[in-house]
Amino acid sequence: MNRMKTPGSERTRLATAGARAVTTTSLSKQPAKDRIKGNIFMALLLLAVTIALIGLTALVVQAIIEGGPRFNLELFTNPPSSLNVEDAGFRPALIGTLYLILGVVLLIVPLGVGSAVYLEEYADGNRWWNKMIELNIQNLAGVPSIIYGILGLAFIVRGPLDLGFILAAGSLTLALLVLPVVILAAREALRAVPPSVREGSLALGATEWQTIRKQVLPAAIPGIATGVILAISRAIGETAPLLLVGATTFVTFNPTFFGENFSALPVLIFQYASRPQEEFKVLAAAGVIVMLIVLLAMNSFAVWLRNRYEQQW
Amino acid sequence: MEASDATIGYSGNSGAASPPRSLEASSPRYGEKIIKALLAACAIVSVLTTTGIVISLLLPTISFFGEVSLTDFFFHSDWAPTFSPATFGVLSIVIGTLSTTLWGMLFAVPIGLMIAIWLSEYASPRGRKIVKPVIEVLAGIPTVAIGLFAITALKPFLENFIPALESTPFAAGVAGIAIGLMITPIIASISDDAMRSVPGGLREAAYGLGATRMKVATRVVFPAAISGIVASIVLAGSRAIGETMIVLLAAGSQATTSFAFASPVQTMTAFIGTTATGDIGTGTITYDTIFAVGSLLFVMTLAMNVVAIRLVRRFREVYE
Repeated sequence: MNRMKTPGSERTRLATAGARAVTTTSLSKQPAKDRIKGNIFMALLLLAVTIALIGLTALVVQAIIEGGPRFNLELFTNPPSSLNVEDAGFRPALIGTLYLILGVVLLIVPLGVGSAVYLEEYADGNRWWNKMIELNIQNLAGVPSIIYGILGLAFIVRGPLDLGFILAAGSLTLALLVLPVVILAAREALRAVPPSVREGSLALGATEWQTIRKQVLPAAIPGIATGVILAISRAIGETAPLLLVGATTFVTFNPTFFGENFSALPVLIFQYASRPQEEFKVLAAAGVIVMLIVLLAMNSFAVWLRNRYEQQW
Repeated sequence: MEASDATIGYSGNSGAASPPRSLEASSPRYGEKIIKALLAACAIVSVLTTTGIVISLLLPTISFFGEVSLTDFFFHSDWAPTFSPATFGVLSIVIGTLSTTLWGMLFAVPIGLMIAIWLSEYASPRGRKIVKPVIEVLAGIPTVAIGLFAITALKPFLENFIPALESTPFAAGVAGIAIGLMITPIIASISDDAMRSVPGGLREAAYGLGATRMKVATRVVFPAAISGIVASIVLAGSRAIGETMIVLLAAGSQATTSFAFASPVQTMTAFIGTTATGDIGTGTITYDTIFAVGSLLFVMTLAMNVVAIRLVRRFREVYE
């Protein structure tokens, strides 16, 4: 270590240097076999990371290359068509998706935040019913989306609610599908607010609800908003449940909230993509570009929101 | 001591000046109770959702098994519920589902785990901070986009290596690899979390005994994080089984009992997706079949999710 201060004659210095060299080489020496194996292993790990990154890049680039030529204004303004591929567009489907998401937001914000506030602020976690609600939400998050489609078909479109194949039924189905995402994110955001904030407010004489509304919720809003945005971006891309609740494909008129015959962007993409002709696949790819741009914008906004308002307590 | 007692103003000597006040609320606060009830009602919605799912699956399934025997359903593999005469051997679409899932897992498990090992044991903090979110983007891409990618890019690419693909428009393997792309981030992300929650002391002890980096990663950290890793794989499997759009686009709708890479298959989800979109009447046997298949799918994914949730809870308990 302190080479300069080694005392003694030239001979002792040489001896120490020699001893040090022998020690470091024998300690740092790995058998050549181990070193080669280690390097191969690391190369394999990097290969795996590269494959995943290439997969993602290829997906985006492929959509842009294939759909790029059709990515123009007509894509947004023209109705779909099964005959004139040249003129076909996405307008009713885009408006349909817009309405669907509007309905989803109106449902998931109160329901999701309400559930999260109840579970985090009021519920006694040792009671069996609260445990059941919690376990239930965890399990719902893993139910395949097509099962929600079945729920929508049997319970909302027909059955007890009997709404018919209308856009609002699609909204409700999607909202139930993404509700667990909002609840889990909102709970996390509420949990991040330190108990001292609540205790301070309660000690000053505020009631439980006043504490939640004036202190806890405002502090948790960025986290909750991030969760809502992630839920919306999931809802935008969901296709399978909408197929079951009657999102028909070639609607040429603009949908209304309670009207039958609506379409949605991912459903129309699917229908174009499943046609054998190459031109329709191009159209589908152009639709994918639109969808990816919307999702990218929303996710960037969520990241920005989190970084901008993230609070250190 | 005297001074602090006085400021509290509740106990002893200063209490004589003003009468002791009750700490109970001065009013019953009905508003508070109503709000609590409303919030609880919001939480109940998710329970109602589950109840709704179970009821809407169960009733038609019972009426389905009134017409089709259990053995015909579970132990036969001739699946043609929309033909006449109809046959209901669900085994063939179960095999279809297992085939796409298996091909997906064959891709995603090694790749996902290697990414997880790299993220937790090899990557620099900066590299990790960039690579992890980018890979997680893959899990957020709509599956219909991944399905389109599978048929327009992945299949032509794979034809270079597997010539048998050229003769078929649909193949279980192509759908499987696309599914694998979708579930890789799930495995990578959860396994990475599990491996990072392994205490540093274990690693240092292994290094102290002269283990190489690779040995530490594969013989110490990996086994210590195994419950989280298995949970990530189970969870990914349940997502693969429930995936609909990729298989609809890339695997076809032809029920074959084959695990071959280049063979078209119909999965359970694809059957529901293609059959339930048509205008079918309630109460018909075809309508009930959708729900019977849906019940099977629901039970399979639920069982896997319950196992995964248990395992995740375990690795949290051990190290946190």
